[in-house]
Amino acid sequence: MIDWTAADIARRVAARDVSAREVAQAHLDRVAAVDDRLGAFLRVDGDGALAQAGAVDAAIARGEDPGPLAGVPVGLKDVLVTAGVETTAASKILAGWVPPYDGTAVARLRAAGAVVLGKLNCDEFAMGSSTERSAFRPCRNPWNLDRVPGGSSGGSAAAVAARLCAASLGTDTGGSIRQPAALCGVVGLKPTYGRVSRYGVVAYASSLDQVGPLARTVEDAALVLEAIAGFDPRDATSIDAPVPRYRDATAAGAGGVEGLRFGVPDEYLAGDGLDPEVAAAVAAAVDRLAAAGARVERISLPHTRYALSAYYLIATAEASSNLARYDGVRYGLRVAAPGASLADMYCATRGAGFGPEVKRRIMLGTYVLRAGYYDQYYRKAQQVRALVKRDFDAAFSRVDVVVCPTSPTPAFALGEKTADPLQMYLADVFTLGCNLAGLPGISVPCGLSSGGLPIGLQMIAPPLAEPTLLRAAAGYERIAPFTARPPEVAP
Amino acid sequence: MKLPREEIDAIAHLARLALTDDEADALCGELGAILAHVAALSEVDTTGVEPMTHAVPMDLRLRADEVEPSLPAELAVGAAPDRDGDYFRVPKVIDG
Repeated sequence: MIDWTAADIARRVAARDVSAREVAQAHLDRVAAVDDRLGAFLRVDGDGALAQAGAVDAAIARGEDPGPLAGVPVGLKDVLVTAGVETTAASKILAGWVPPYDGTAVARLRAAGAVVLGKLNCDEFAMGSSTERSAFRPCRNPWNLDRVPGGSSGGSAAAVAARLCAASLGTDTGGSIRQPAALCGVVGLKPTYGRVSRYGVVAYASSLDQVGPLARTVEDAALVLEAIAGFDPRDATSIDAPVPRYRDATAAGAGGVEGLRFGVPDEYLAGDGLDPEVAAAVAAAVDRLAAAGARVERISLPHTRYALSAYYLIATAEASSNLARYDGVRYGLRVAAPGASLADMYCATRGAGFGPEVKRRIMLGTYVLRAGYYDQYYRKAQQVRALVKRDFDAAFSRVDVVVCPTSPTPAFALGEKTADPLQMYLADVFTLGCNLAGLPGISVPCGLSSGGLPIGLQMIAPPLAEPTLLRAAAGYERIAPFTARPPEVAP
Repeated sequence: MKLPREEIDAIAHLARLALTDDEADALCGELGAILAHVAALSEVDTTGVEPMTHAVPMDLRLRADEVEPSLPAELAVGAAPDRDGDYFRVPKVIDG
């Protein structure tokens, strides 16, 4: 049962071949068997999951439509607010906080019949590229437990790869869905900015954050996206446009890649940090697309080399503002000596509650936003961001989809990059341009390294062109199915 | 490049963030290195380029001016680290 796709589970549960409770129990058993080694879950809500599954079974017994995700067991990155279930963003400053409401994406998943198993590990406040920055415990890669699963949605990727849940939700600010998907050998989809509501998402960098699915097939990713996408009046940045039937774009025989125009950016294949095996796997994948009837051409995204700098200035500036709300007054941790002033309480609470990477980003963000530095850093970064977007606009006048590596390397060892923040930031070098420009992007597995670690192929499309993106990704998946299983958590 | 310790202390104060001596010392080098890296942005000619504030063009929307139910007070203050009835309690702000 743990090998069934989300689409299979929904079909079988709706047809009463299997009950949602049986499916939920099988996955809970799997979590109990392997997650102490993996560290994908921060919190398992077994009782809640079985109650939701029971409600799905009861609805089916009454002859009601159980929804397109009937009985599909899902996990949620711990930045997604869940009613009645502790939500911490993997930070000590929120330890023990039990939200009184569901975020929109979570509510829509439940309404579609999905069963929430619990909350998944991540880098603290989604700041990181390895899930080593969780304040509670690191998550490990199911392909090799000495390696990181990527980040910041590392728990979301590892849980799906290890068959702990059929699909999960992550958030992607600079690549935090696609990079861990690549490192764990699963599909990760970052939708167009504004396509999925951010209401009820613990904010990191509001102009970049986007919620999206991780799954084992492109069809499953489409199925989950269809459930969570759409206008939400509670999010002022939500796009008011109809949600297409994304599943149609991934259905067997739906178009394939024939006639699609793919652009391979020169700048993404010229970087010093690109692992030769990743370069070779991506080149082979592009050759397969061409052999299947796609048109492939070289393109240029000339401002790529500046995207990382622009990204870190914008993201940290927004983070320093967003994280000002953690002050020990309304929720979470409070640290205050008797007789301390209000300002002392703020400083002590934040000093004790935030981890090193969060402090580093708050400090950088505060530095670049302070009086006199705004034009030099933040404004300049937003101008460069406009140029990055122009590069993509120009590319999309010639091609339908940009194709490139997702991550410059396969999964790296735990501890390998934690001492050098800049090295860690480079793990997102191929993904963050897509966030700066607000575009949809997807990572699909495209092979294994000689060390047996997954490699991801990234595709990027114009705003709201998720159907094209999904068609391209599903087309590639049909040409080159990825069937390998992570060995360290087998069977 | 290394930032002076006084500058780190000043930023920490602005961010309302207590740092240990070790943390502050480490940040002198780390922030310095990151700022040296991002200085590459000055190479880019951005003359006449409007700063991008939003990834997708959007109109500012206002919701209808209608009263809707709000979170009950008990839930709103329920997670407070310190409360007094329906109020959040904080250390004294005004002397006297």
